[in-house]
Amino acid sequence: MRDLASEFTPLGPAISANDVRPPLIETRGLCFEDRGQRLLDNIDLKLRAGRLTVVLGANGAGKSLLLRAMHGLLNPTEGEVLWQGRPLDRAARRAQAMVFQRPVMLRRSVRANLRFALSVRGVMGRERARREAEALDLARLSDLADRPARVLSGGEQQRLALARALACGPELLFLDEPTASLDPGSTQAIEDLIRTAQSSGVTIIMITHDAGQARRLGQEAVFLHGGRVAETGPAARLLEAPRAPAARAWREGRLYLEPPGAGPVHQVI
Amino acid sequence: MESFWGILSEAFTLVLSWDPDLVEIVGLSLRVTLTAVGIACLIGLPLGAVVGAFRFPGRGAVALMLNALMGLPPVVVGLMVYLMLSASGPLGVLGLLYTPTAMIIAQTILVTPIIAALTKQVVEDLYAEYADQFASLGVGLADRVGALLWDARYSLLTVALAGFGRAVAEVGAVMIVGGNINHVTRVMTTTIALETSKGNLQLALALGVVLLTLAVLVNGAVMALRASAVRSAYA
Repeated sequence: MRDLASEFTPLGPAISANDVRPPLIETRGLCFEDRGQRLLDNIDLKLRAGRLTVVLGANGAGKSLLLRAMHGLLNPTEGEVLWQGRPLDRAARRAQAMVFQRPVMLRRSVRANLRFALSVRGVMGRERARREAEALDLARLSDLADRPARVLSGGEQQRLALARALACGPELLFLDEPTASLDPGSTQAIEDLIRTAQSSGVTIIMITHDAGQARRLGQEAVFLHGGRVAETGPAARLLEAPRAPAARAWREGRLYLEPPGAGPVHQVI
Repeated sequence: MESFWGILSEAFTLVLSWDPDLVEIVGLSLRVTLTAVGIACLIGLPLGAVVGAFRFPGRGAVALMLNALMGLPPVVVGLMVYLMLSASGPLGVLGLLYTPTAMIIAQTILVTPIIAALTKQVVEDLYAEYADQFASLGVGLADRVGALLWDARYSLLTVALAGFGRAVAEVGAVMIVGGNINHVTRVMTTTIALETSKGNLQLALALGVVLLTLAVLVNGAVMALRASAVRSAYA
């Protein structure tokens, strides 16, 4: 795994607060409307390289939409997404990867799923074979390499999806509830993979509904409510002592049905 | 007139004795139809995949045309190809009228919209599942079509089979452009039509038996393939 990301500048786990480099990815006034309804409302976020950010919030808060917009799968109605200070272009999108809540498995073998992703990214020949073997090993799927991907269990499919995304050597990895509906064993395997990826320098933005998971993995946290950023901050602090009412209610397991909070928080995390 | 069972037993004798006339007719039928279906697949599969997996201006009109053309009456196709290939037609100089090539052209025109329209449906459904992943990976146009066709390969086998069924059983178009000339353009369906009207029911029925057997064999093969595909979750 270390090799996969070795082409990228290794980043220390802690980045000083006065770091002058532009954030790895940034959203400015990001809005998304569908049929007159504002689903993302003026989202300003700056995320630095090398960090693992958890995105929290209730269903319909706009978490998936935000990730999709940042990944370029969704055109924002207003605002923009900046990658290292520049607009999101093809090259920038190629430096990103995303794993969806329900893993998309091609109707091919496990190995062919990896091969397809690598081929699309222009990795061929020996290098591709090497990365395939590495990804299979990483996902502990070497024994199942020639099995049809769609007969794997849910946990195995998600491990494959994650390994496939990482095999492409992304700088930034989006994870949309990667462990939803997985059992504890499978969840742990996925979390191990995520930790390995992060320790090798991959920046990760991950949606989770699981406060325990957010605590285990998260360094930074963003709490969305009603399409707005309700609160941002270090994950440990936000999870222990959330300030936004919606985040407090979420933490305490209360239902929070009041209209969205006073306004968006513009904050660098 | 002989009894039905008498005719049937004579027909089977013809089939089992590998009658040379029968073999020639069946051979030409298969050559014409398989070539036409092959060409129709070469055109229809990518065309259907592009219409199924891309949004472009006029896409709805193309889809509508493909669906409408699925129901083309064979005699109309035969007539159009006849007009094109006849001595006074624009392609008359090629001298293709009343040749197996003319029959292949007619059947290709008949089958291509079927292959394309059914492929579009199959690919559209598959792409609905793959779209996000493909967008995330940044899959290019050619790769997208290729991957969708490959991953839908077992469903597309059924599509090709539908085209084959339509072409091999069709009589109007090949009759008009082929002319049903003995030893040249006589295929199973045209022979059945001719021999029935001549009262030579043994040969007609023997060909009918062959057509039916072919249909059962081809369908059986495709069903078996699909079943194995379903077991490995490829379908």
